[in-house]
Amino acid sequence: MTTETRSMLLNVGPSHPAMHGVIRLIMELEGEKIKGVDVEIGYLHRAFEKMCETVMYAQCFPYTDRLNYVSPLINNVGFALTVEKLLGIDIPERAKYIRVIMSEISRVTDHLTCLGASAMELGAMSAFLYMIKAREYLYELVEEITGARLTISYVRIGGVKADLTPDFADKAFQKIAEVRKVLIESDKLLTRNRIFFDRVKDIGTISAEDAIAYGITGPFLRSTGVSYDVRKANPYLIYDRLTFEVPTGTKGDNLDRYFVRMEEMEQSLRIVEQCLQQIPDGPIAGNLTGEVISAAKMVDKAKMGETEGLIEDQVDLDPTLQGSTKKYYAGISANKKDVVLPAKEDTYGNIEGLMNHFKLVMYGHGIRPPVGEAYFPVEGANGELGFYIVSDGGDHPWRVRVHPPCFPIMAALPKCLVGDMMADLIPTFGSVNMIAGELDR
Amino acid sequence: MTPLQRIQEKFSIEIIETHAFRGDETVVIRPGALRTVVKFLKETPELDFNVLMDLTAVDYLNFAGGKIKKDSRFEVVSHFYSLKHNHRLRLKVPVGEENPEIDTLSDLWPSANWYEREVWDMFGIRFKGHPNLKRILMYEEFKGHALRKDYPFNKRQPLIGPAI
Amino acid sequence: MSFMSSAANFFTSKLSDALGWARKYSIFQYPFVTACCGMEYMSTAAGHYDVDRFGAGFPRFSPRQSDVLFVVGTISQKMAPVLKTVHDQMCEPKWVVAFGVCTCTGGFYDNYATVMGIDTIIPVDIYIPGCPPRPENVLDGLMKLQEKIQRGEQSRTLYDPRTKIGRPAYLQQGYSIQEHIREKESSS
Repeated sequence: MTTETRSMLLNVGPSHPAMHGVIRLIMELEGEKIKGVDVEIGYLHRAFEKMCETVMYAQCFPYTDRLNYVSPLINNVGFALTVEKLLGIDIPERAKYIRVIMSEISRVTDHLTCLGASAMELGAMSAFLYMIKAREYLYELVEEITGARLTISYVRIGGVKADLTPDFADKAFQKIAEVRKVLIESDKLLTRNRIFFDRVKDIGTISAEDAIAYGITGPFLRSTGVSYDVRKANPYLIYDRLTFEVPTGTKGDNLDRYFVRMEEMEQSLRIVEQCLQQIPDGPIAGNLTGEVISAAKMVDKAKMGETEGLIEDQVDLDPTLQGSTKKYYAGISANKKDVVLPAKEDTYGNIEGLMNHFKLVMYGHGIRPPVGEAYFPVEGANGELGFYIVSDGGDHPWRVRVHPPCFPIMAALPKCLVGDMMADLIPTFGSVNMIAGELDR
Repeated sequence: MTPLQRIQEKFSIEIIETHAFRGDETVVIRPGALRTVVKFLKETPELDFNVLMDLTAVDYLNFAGGKIKKDSRFEVVSHFYSLKHNHRLRLKVPVGEENPEIDTLSDLWPSANWYEREVWDMFGIRFKGHPNLKRILMYEEFKGHALRKDYPFNKRQPLIGPAI
Repeated sequence: MSFMSSAANFFTSKLSDALGWARKYSIFQYPFVTACCGMEYMSTAAGHYDVDRFGAGFPRFSPRQSDVLFVVGTISQKMAPVLKTVHDQMCEPKWVVAFGVCTCTGGFYDNYATVMGIDTIIPVDIYIPGCPPRPENVLDGLMKLQEKIQRGEQSRTLYDPRTKIGRPAYLQQGYSIQEHIREKESSS
């Protein structure tokens, strides 16, 4: 007896429980086998590129935070580096180290979220809770420096907003030890877990040739055995001075991607440790021997002309601005008055500083890169994150284009899915680590 | 010999302009020569640009930096990367305002498929020979192309709810 | 007023109190997670902040089984019909929490692609502004929602952008926090 087989269309998303992100998959099924997939994106299109054209360069940072919201610091760094390339300026050593430290912490949080969420979708709830616990430690670290947990806007063109706190290194080592503990626990929970192992092994396979043809980068490409990492291929900041490995897989299946991400977290923690040991002390302004007074008092003194001793006074800043006083400023920002905001003591205490501040923040003034274009790739958590900026010499970017690492991966998703079972969609999709903010922009 | 020099040597007639501002090697070519040039980029072993990293467009309507003519309002910009030689190249093709259309790259690099759909969605530039040229980020009911400079950034076309 | 009817009133009011009490500690939430706020939603739900302490630890991923809709993250124009459908599918009584400033007012995404506040599409009960709100802020909002559930109140009205009616004053443009503090002080 023959039975007639007909394929069935199944719609998954845009709001689906097992998919962390808004995307719609229209799958053609034969029984439980996936015969074809149509991927529809754009459900979180927030016009990042258009909005950047309407604001000044420094005002783009909040928008870049929300591209890949799991590792916002890397986006910040990428955007800042592109504008700096356009301007042709260099930043102090200490700022470079701080940027690397923050980027790598972000990379760990990203991978933790990706693995935790995809483990949860496979039913391993406790692994998720463990990994979010580790992420929380790192958020505390980020919050200590930047003042915010997630959308931090910490990097500035020409430097960073604030210096590290004096006891940051101790705290960081402590938290890294905690995170390592969690990683070992999650490794035990997942890697030796038969259910997890069977559901990810040999699922969602993609060949190296396909991955290259689709322009995939990052952990997804490395899982197929191609060792391409922007940090090694085109080292930026201080990555050429650090020792770290680029883990690669062999088969390009979900298990390989899981291992690559696990190992990358370890390597990132290694980078943070090295940076904390190598980081040079910034030049600390030595002549600030005056008393610590509040910002309002300093402004009043300057306005009333009581300038005696004012140049040596230090300002007591609001907690969100801590670490950006004159004492630390030279170490974390380039000495370029037309790019970097002056230290707060100068802004409050003298007219030159105040004018400089106004010239940078007022509408119609601001940073003005020369006419031209620049592309700068950095290694984001999902792959090569590139910003392409066209400047017309004005204070607004003419065009900001971000090359989102998820985008080519999502285009190649049908390649990974076709031929697998319907239930395999969940681990494969989880291993992509699709971030809708970055995919749709 | 850098990739830029190699292209200059081979296609000197087709090149409109080259520069290496801040070290980014850039070549602007005539639209008609696009397919031959990119095939050369991909297939020459010394160049071997096997990754099409990014493809996008720029609208130069009333560009303050000058130099833009009526027949080249848009520029389609692609960034190529070679995994083997670790070099990059930016290729730009001017596209006119009336009937904006250029050849597709999606048969040479599958990654171009979605990038070109996005350029069509955002700029309204058609790609000749593209297998599935439809909107990707916006919905089909959306009128106009959002990233064109003459599209107001806050002009909403809601599917449901008020337009403000 | 007769003794009987006041007794009946007494019992119905006690009954609704009891119902409210039961409902507020057994919130079945539907997390409509789209964007960045989802990360803070995850943090709130996981061990560190533990939303389960408030009886809301059990997300239901079917709108028909849930009674609180958490709209977490920006709603784009493309997503808006989906949100409306999900809201329509939920059974009464239902409440909606706008999580994050994009859902409250649209925030700084004032452009062609985003909905300027989900209260133009579906009625919203609790607004939790912040970009994204800290987990403490979310728990505060959740407690406010619990109070509202206990009182048996539900929001039924949409925000009208022309008349500016239907959205709390503190989310409107030109709102001054000093004025708010003065008002609070004078009323207490």
